[in-house]
Amino acid sequence: MLGFISSRIIQALAVMLAMSMLVFLGVFAIGNPIDVMLAPDATQDIRAQAIAFYGFDRPIWEQYLRFLGRLLQGDLGSSFVYNIPVMQLILSRLPATLELTLIAVISATLIGVPLGMYAGYRPDAPLSRFIMAFSVLGFSVPTFWIGLVLILTFAVTLGWLPAGGRGETATVFGLEWSFLTADGWKFLLLPALNLALFKLSMMIRLARSGTREIMLSDTVKFARAAGISEWGVLRHHVLRLILVPIVTVFGLEFGSTLAFAVVTETIFSWPGLGKLIIESIGSLDRPVMVAYLVLVALLFITINLLVDLAYAALDPRIRRGRNA
Amino acid sequence: MTLNPNLRRFFSEFAENKVALVAAIIVLAIVLLALLAPLVAPQDPYDLASLTLRDARRPPGYVGTQGYTHLLGTDAQGRDLLSAILYGLRISLQMGLVAGAIAFALGATIGTTAAYLGGRVEAVLMRVVDLQLSFPAILLAFVLAALLGQGRWPLTAALVAAQYAYFARTAHGAAVAERQKDYVEAALSTPLPGRTVVLRHILPNCMAPLLVVGTVQVASAISLEATLSFLGVGLPPTEPSLGMLISNGFQYMLSGRYWISIYPGVALIVLIIAINLVGDQIRDQLNPRLRR
Repeated sequence: MLGFISSRIIQALAVMLAMSMLVFLGVFAIGNPIDVMLAPDATQDIRAQAIAFYGFDRPIWEQYLRFLGRLLQGDLGSSFVYNIPVMQLILSRLPATLELTLIAVISATLIGVPLGMYAGYRPDAPLSRFIMAFSVLGFSVPTFWIGLVLILTFAVTLGWLPAGGRGETATVFGLEWSFLTADGWKFLLLPALNLALFKLSMMIRLARSGTREIMLSDTVKFARAAGISEWGVLRHHVLRLILVPIVTVFGLEFGSTLAFAVVTETIFSWPGLGKLIIESIGSLDRPVMVAYLVLVALLFITINLLVDLAYAALDPRIRRGRNA
Repeated sequence: MTLNPNLRRFFSEFAENKVALVAAIIVLAIVLLALLAPLVAPQDPYDLASLTLRDARRPPGYVGTQGYTHLLGTDAQGRDLLSAILYGLRISLQMGLVAGAIAFALGATIGTTAAYLGGRVEAVLMRVVDLQLSFPAILLAFVLAALLGQGRWPLTAALVAAQYAYFARTAHGAAVAERQKDYVEAALSTPLPGRTVVLRHILPNCMAPLLVVGTVQVASAISLEATLSFLGVGLPPTEPSLGMLISNGFQYMLSGRYWISIYPGVALIVLIIAINLVGDQIRDQLNPRLRR
């Protein structure tokens, strides 16, 4: 077991190193940030000074090693545009994305699981067909398009909710949160709904297929024979059994939703991480791009590592490893 | 016309599902319309000489200065939206099909080769594929598109990179199962080169699941391309796909001029849903467990 854990951790570190190299090289390949940072009429002297100051005159491998060295100390450099440490910039945008993502994933689970269980419990009922048609729609229609329709319906035509922005926030632990104010909720509702729809469709499918399978199992047969009410069977047996895959997916999806927020945040001008990365690509703000990508890679590699380790703890066959 | 009896049975079974049949007809109609766009579109939307700003942002049904009715209205440059959508469909379909085909070829090659060679090569190749599958495709495509810059080929490369892993996984799964069968062993015992065995014997038998993944992936490539173009990291403004049209209209939506964004979007989702419905039906038909 110890051998397995250490080999997986070493693998994860190797992947992280490779990712950081790819990200660095990739970001290095686009544009010349000096052109964006300086006024076009800057003198040669100023140009040369700026290039030397940011280290752009060094060979690329040296820049990479320096970057890596600073990264290990938790220093991601300073944004060219905002002129503040990237870490600070990202931390200031993180709460907005975090609350949006959390609300989206949690509501998708709380609504999707009961709907999916119903569709699996009565697969032929008209309501079930409607739920499944809805989930097909949520699955195949692109997120940005749903966002546009939501804005058109609720903000433009009905005028019930604002079309974008974040609204009033309350400060807790030095960070700003929207979900603590009534005004903030008005701004949160549409983007959260937009982000949740895809996950909702997925949760419905997961819960439905799980419920259908378990309804046919001996567990349910015996529970019914024991005189437990249908409601009790669903609550105590089916729900408990389908919860295992759902919790796994919940964890995995949380990461991908965080990344997916790029689209939703752009449409609703939600001032989170996704909007930050789009802006920094536009303004060639290399340190922000690199930091964002490295952090996202780190997030995914960590999640995958944890999932691998959790499975290994549960399943002895994986531990021995056939090809790991 | 003489059809292979298997193929004929496939088509007649397909036709039994009315929803899938309608979806297939819609897909064919859209492809046909896109191919014939220069002939059926009322206007060449990229011929600047035929555009007048006086016609800009007119609602659906407006009779323009050229004398014909703009059925779906006009956009900010005075372009007939119906024409713009037909030309946009061409670009979107082209991107989806080309990216899908390249991803198909690349993924099938990697998957079958890994299954054929086995050992370390297989372990490394499939580990990379698995790793990639754990990242959201949209993020990967988004980052690549941003890094590679605008244009048709950079965007195709980004789409392929985001999608080949699905094909590789599917091809690998199918090929590993085929690899152990007697006919492959028999073919390997002949002096045929390994490449021939993979291409002539293993690959044809992995085609069914690959085709199913293929339809779904073409739809998702079209959707991805639209999303990237909407975010401004996809095609340049000179090649307006549906995503670009939607993005162009977005700023006018808040003032109630919904049609500039909404109609291209309707075209996009009808296309994507129709392709997905066709794909679902093909999957059910090729799934031996659901066979009657």
